[in-house]
Amino acid sequence: MKHRPVLDVSELPTYAFGARSPMWWGTLGFCVLEGTGFALAAGAYLYLAFLNPQWPLSAPPPDLIWSSLVTVVLIVSIIPNYLSKKFAEKEDLPRVQVYLIVVLAFGLAAIGLRFLEFGGLHVKWDQNAYGSLLWALLGLHTVHIITDVVDTIVLTVLMFTRHAHGKRFSDVGDNAFYWNFVVLSWLPIYALLYWGPRL
Amino acid sequence: MSEAYAAPDPKELRDHQVDGPELTTRLARTWGTKRGLIGALSTVDHKIIGRRYIVTAFLFLFLGGLAAAAMRLQLARPESRLIGPDLYNQLFTMHGTTMMFLFAVPVMEAFAVYLVPLMLGTRNIAFPRLNAFSYYVYVFGGLMIWVAFMLNIGADVGWFAYVPLSGPEFSPGKRADIWAQMITFTEVSALAVAVEIVVTVPKQRAPGMTLDRIPLFVWSVFVTSFLIIFAMPAVMLASTFLILDRLIGTHIFNPAEGGDALLWQHLFWFFGHPEVYIIFLPATGMVSAIITTFSRRKTFGYLALVLSLIATGFLSFGLWVHHMFTTGLPQLGASFFTASSMMIAIPNGIQIFCWIATLWDGRPVFRTPLLFVLGFFFIFVAGGLSGIMLASVPLDTQVHDTYFVVAHFHYVLIGGAVFPLLGAVYYWYPKIVGRLMDERIGRWHFWLAFVGFNLAFFPMHITGLMGMPRRVYTYQHEMGWDNLNLLSSVGALVFFLSFVVFLWNVITSARKGAVAGDNPWQAGTLEWATSSPPPPQNFDRIPVVTNREPLWAERETLSVAAGLSVDNRELIVSTVSEARADLRESSPEPSVWPFIAAVATGITFIGSIFTPWAAVWGSLIVGVTLIAWFWPKGAKEDEK
Repeated sequence: MKHRPVLDVSELPTYAFGARSPMWWGTLGFCVLEGTGFALAAGAYLYLAFLNPQWPLSAPPPDLIWSSLVTVVLIVSIIPNYLSKKFAEKEDLPRVQVYLIVVLAFGLAAIGLRFLEFGGLHVKWDQNAYGSLLWALLGLHTVHIITDVVDTIVLTVLMFTRHAHGKRFSDVGDNAFYWNFVVLSWLPIYALLYWGPRL
Repeated sequence: MSEAYAAPDPKELRDHQVDGPELTTRLARTWGTKRGLIGALSTVDHKIIGRRYIVTAFLFLFLGGLAAAAMRLQLARPESRLIGPDLYNQLFTMHGTTMMFLFAVPVMEAFAVYLVPLMLGTRNIAFPRLNAFSYYVYVFGGLMIWVAFMLNIGADVGWFAYVPLSGPEFSPGKRADIWAQMITFTEVSALAVAVEIVVTVPKQRAPGMTLDRIPLFVWSVFVTSFLIIFAMPAVMLASTFLILDRLIGTHIFNPAEGGDALLWQHLFWFFGHPEVYIIFLPATGMVSAIITTFSRRKTFGYLALVLSLIATGFLSFGLWVHHMFTTGLPQLGASFFTASSMMIAIPNGIQIFCWIATLWDGRPVFRTPLLFVLGFFFIFVAGGLSGIMLASVPLDTQVHDTYFVVAHFHYVLIGGAVFPLLGAVYYWYPKIVGRLMDERIGRWHFWLAFVGFNLAFFPMHITGLMGMPRRVYTYQHEMGWDNLNLLSSVGALVFFLSFVVFLWNVITSARKGAVAGDNPWQAGTLEWATSSPPPPQNFDRIPVVTNREPLWAERETLSVAAGLSVDNRELIVSTVSEARADLRESSPEPSVWPFIAAVATGITFIGSIFTPWAAVWGSLIVGVTLIAWFWPKGAKEDEK
């Protein structure tokens, strides 16, 4: 078949930020499917809570202190996370480097606090169905924090090496997007696991 | 914003600077796959991976079919001693697990992986390394399930693996563990492909391919991908909960400690019912493509067909409880799910009427692909009618877990998905292989399949109404089911024979079939605008679309875009609704790391069947492989 050029794309940019970028859509896709997993796990927790007249089963509600600290750390981390994205869009490398390190520090702090949080649950995973789902939901979210922290470490290293240019700034924006998902998905889980039993 | 963001590299060779064979050769070098084992394991070409996916899925179909044939041999006569109850339990588990998890969903995604980029006029799927990873995960997961069966530790708890039957108390040993972990593992692959599709369709369409110009097959797999994203996490969560209950002593499904066995069914069928539509919707896309081409006219009711696809997708999530009518749920819930189950007949009916109208108003050419579509009409409508019967609680209560249900879902799944799929193989085989399949053998294949299928499954409606339960390995002569079972078994063997004929046609046509040329059916969509089989770059220049069937609108000359790099793997990223060209983005280079990451993930999952610590240590190894995968070593933008 013969070709008739009707469009010249040679002047188009080679990367973009946010919803213009396919990677943003991919990240959104994973957020949706993982969010569905969270919603279903939370649904299973509520289903069993509805079936059992006493809930939590044979255990006091989990301690608020560590989980609340995790929550505060995660919420505050949104600020440097937003700044890392903002400066990535401006391709301001020094500031991106600084804010990626700050986000990383928040992420590592959240992981540390999360391990302390497990100690204040007052129930083991193999004690009863309540303990099982509590550990499962918390474990599921912890995997997400660890995954994104590892991703942030890799990205931070890239931004301190010769790879820090072009499309990598767009990757910083997508990393920030995913971190927001990790933070936002925690808030309903926190309310469900820690405040639900106290209502 | 830096200067490099907008300014093109003046040293880069662009496709408007070269033409003809030189352009083709240069692009093929840029997009090609290296020779040798490492090249084969590194490839990120969606066509190579799609072909592997299709062949692997059909191999699993063959294995699942063998399991079915063995069961039908056992049931051909009353009180037969050919197969004992233990092996029979494994056989029906392997049959269901293979057909649903290893054949039906993967084969539909496989066709999407191969065809969607071609139909959209792009050069590769989004996230091609993830695509390669997903294929290896699928192969390893499927192989592991069958290797376990060969080693006599195959799953024996049914493809639904209901607890408490599959729980630690009633299924000691490793059979159910292997099922649970391998299901979670293989579903990673389905989810990965779904994400690739939901990014490829909105972002990589050829310029000008607005939402109302997207081919119906692409619409169908696009909607299906959303179904996968919302439904598959349910079965992964359920199977993960199951392995936790079995391996580390959680009590999620244990009623004695506050858990609930029915929770399993809710989670499983929240996935399991949309699963039917995950299989069926791509088949409707295949039907639309075949009918349009062989009717020689535009599809009647394009918008109605797209809206029906979306409506079916939505409604499919409101049906799961109709699998649980006999579990004692509240009446109100049963009424809601009855209504929603019956309601799904509406969009399906709209689709069928649109197809009939297309045929009615066209000039149909009755080649083998269209024959399979006509077979689909007959069988699927029959299956839909028995589905409406089963949506009624009183009738469902009577025939629950009988062969009536077996007949119904085989009519729906084989009629609704496998017949269109076989038609699709005949239709797209020339594009994939470059040669046409033999038409005479194709007609033999169709009639053997059609007669064999109906002979096998129609009598099951009657044996079911006579009370024959599912999943029994034998029955007594006094029940009066002998002749009907014998008929079903003969039909099953004829149906099996039809696949042998099909296989013969596939193999011989690859060498002896007539050379296809670019567009042997005179079809209108973009996959036919390139050579058969397509070159590594798919298109020398990216088409610019002005019509829903571009090749019918522009028969001699194709409008194209120019200006992409020749020596770099560039493709056009477009805007979501209007498909305006927006970026020239680089597609990832081949890499062996997705393969290594899949091996590492597989080892982690297998290890976790035996010790929970495997998940911890395995995750570290998987993490390392993923970092290597994402590390931009040798990236062309870093070399500038």
